[in-house]
Amino acid sequence: MRGSAETQQTDLALDALDRQLLNRLQDGFPVCDRPYLAVAREFSIDEDELIARIQRLLDTNVLTRFGPMYHAERMGGGLSLAAMAVPVEDFERVALLVNSLPEIAHNYARDHDFNMWFVIATEDRDDVAAVVKKIQALTGYTVYNMPKIEEFYVGLRFAV
Amino acid sequence: MTLTVQQQETLRAAIQDGLPLTARPYATLAQQIQASENDVIGQIQHWLDDGLIKRMGIVVRHHAIGYSANAMVVWNVPDELVDFVAEKMRVFPSVTLCYRRPRRLPDWPYNLFCMIHGRDRHWVLQQIEQLVQHAELQSIPRAVLFSQRQFKQTGGRYARVG
Repeated sequence: MRGSAETQQTDLALDALDRQLLNRLQDGFPVCDRPYLAVAREFSIDEDELIARIQRLLDTNVLTRFGPMYHAERMGGGLSLAAMAVPVEDFERVALLVNSLPEIAHNYARDHDFNMWFVIATEDRDDVAAVVKKIQALTGYTVYNMPKIEEFYVGLRFAV
Repeated sequence: MTLTVQQQETLRAAIQDGLPLTARPYATLAQQIQASENDVIGQIQHWLDDGLIKRMGIVVRHHAIGYSANAMVVWNVPDELVDFVAEKMRVFPSVTLCYRRPRRLPDWPYNLFCMIHGRDRHWVLQQIEQLVQHAELQSIPRAVLFSQRQFKQTGGRYARVG
């Protein structure tokens, strides 16, 4: 969703099986000829039901993605976290401009002088700098680019 | 591996928006690139083995499942202590991500970032206090940046389309 609209809050009715599926699918998905069938069998449900549930979780925005998680750097892509300090009265305008760029993967308002934090993802690693420049030109504010220097492995996972 | 470079690029673009929700998703993809189901499975497995794809799976919108408090905790750690401190943070159970990033002086002095997700702010703040105790970080300047609003979460796009 583009623009100033916040990610839509949905009225969620996750049943016990939905929750088990979310936990299971965070651990990966099989690469075989009938992957839905393989996972469905773990839960003693039909392949069709699993597909319908995943579709519903996508439609209701519980899932933002189902498929491959790319390793951006190994794909040759660029990935960086950047921040801006935007005056409150100008925040909506700047958010609209920043979010309109396809290279912005996500964007959070945070409670600090540095109040806008977004991830820049580009096909080519050399393009991050150009996106930073473009945002500065569009908005008139400094973009503080803070690409990771080192990742300390944790393994992000949410118990649902 | 029998896919041409062109087929590999097309496949990469075809799956970046998600895996088809069909009983044989890899066969569906194979049709799109005029290859066999086995070749597609082999190619994706190869990308997984190579680390180009970290995993097949899901991204959960954490707000949707009740993790509505999300704090980015940033620390100004002396450079020579970063690895030592990060190791202690990394193994702390409620830390979900940990990165070293460049300082942007003079405005931004912090060089170590970790994320703590939780169901409410109070719990998250308690976790940060425990982390400070556990890792003996009392003397390390820090700031806690709770998220107020999320504007966009699409995941990166790394493959060319078309």
